[in-house]
Amino acid sequence: MENNDPRKELKVSAIENGTVIDHIPAKSVFQVIRMLGLESIDNQVLFGTNLDSRKFGKKGIIKVSNRYFEAEEINKIALAAPSATLIVIRDFQVVEKKHVSVPDYVEKIVKCFNPNCITNHEAIPTKFTVLSKDDIRLKCQYCEKITVKDDIIFT
Amino acid sequence: MKNRSLISINDFSKEEQIGILDLAESFEKQPTRKILEGHVVANLFFEPSTRTRLSFDTAVNRLGGKVIGFADTSSTSVQKGESLKDTIIMVSNYSDLIVMRHPKDGSARYASEVSSVPIINAGDGANQHPTQCLLDMYSIRKTQGTLENLDIAFVGDLKYGRTVHSLVMALTNFNCRFHLVSPPELKLPSAVKMHIKEKQLEYTQYTELQDVLPIADIVYMTRIQRERFSDPIEYEKVKNAYILRNNMLKGSKESLRILHPLPRVNEINVDIDDNPKAYYFQQALNGVYVRQALVTSILGVI
Ligand SMILES: [Zn+2]
Repeated sequence: MENNDPRKELKVSAIENGTVIDHIPAKSVFQVIRMLGLESIDNQVLFGTNLDSRKFGKKGIIKVSNRYFEAEEINKIALAAPSATLIVIRDFQVVEKKHVSVPDYVEKIVKCFNPNCITNHEAIPTKFTVLSKDDIRLKCQYCEKITVKDDIIFT
Repeated sequence: MKNRSLISINDFSKEEQIGILDLAESFEKQPTRKILEGHVVANLFFEPSTRTRLSFDTAVNRLGGKVIGFADTSSTSVQKGESLKDTIIMVSNYSDLIVMRHPKDGSARYASEVSSVPIINAGDGANQHPTQCLLDMYSIRKTQGTLENLDIAFVGDLKYGRTVHSLVMALTNFNCRFHLVSPPELKLPSAVKMHIKEKQLEYTQYTELQDVLPIADIVYMTRIQRERFSDPIEYEKVKNAYILRNNMLKGSKESLRILHPLPRVNEINVDIDDNPKAYYFQQALNGVYVRQALVTSILGVI
């Protein structure tokens, strides 16, 4: 349905070469942009948010020209956008589609939820071991407390 | 173990833990030796803990080592806003080993990442206090002759007590049975209980202290703090329910020993102090031998 409607297609224009990140929860679009450092690159970046989606209600989409991502780089967005799909475009054609997956370690991007943790009191990048990828449980390597999905705040 | 930091009890394997206890035994027999001459140990107490600090001081002094450092931060550059990182790097230039106590969780692990000398964690906030755990293990082994197959009762605040969590975790390597006595609000956290289950060991939860006294080999008492309760009425209800008195020990095992990490408030009545089953003061002294074993192992002089 959604692809057959030309008016919807126009909302975010197509790119010739690069990466499309689709099915981002609408509220996480800016988060994903920050996580991938897209606010400070020279490439063309197009994005849309609060777009109608049959599956997700409101979704966001980001298109980055002439930029391709390594799995490790892209997987860090899985915490903010577990449903995201990555579409690799070459010459206006979809050449690859993949889903993001939560990594084994998470560094820097998440705050430890424990207010007494040393990482919340000194300038220390956080480090977590991912104990569970489905319901997302992150064990802080410093205070050893577990930050769960609902407590995740991005730095 | 040379040059290794000890931040969490799990940093040492079961065999390494036993090795420390064996070595501590030899220090108990002969606590004064000049084997640390020429070594400098820094004791950094970012929050005061007289008991733990004196124990480390004594351990090092009796072996002829020098101790530098501070007992609180009032006259240090920490007060001027110096970061933990800078303090640790500075002190690691002057010492061979750093012992630290700090109010923030995870501070010791972080210090071990920035320090050029090993760190012994003497308590990081509510997180870990591994030397307490080792001295508890030492005390249990010494009084029972073994760490295996014992019935260990933990009493009081099992939810927030970090010494309880570490000791339970450590004892799951020794096939012990756990008897957990606490008010419903202060039960052992499920993560720790899960750990017991993973090792296929048994635990039983109780609300009555009297129920565990006939079966226990060790009763590990802890203090219930008022500030743990959101409702003061709840605190009033339980505060006297977990006080151990001498007359309650009738019918307990001859070999039962009572431990407590100290300081106690009123949870062990003073009428028990003269009972041979009271072991908490000796337990504290054992801390010196365990710390001697740790310091000498990490400095590699033994
Ligand atoms: Zn933490």
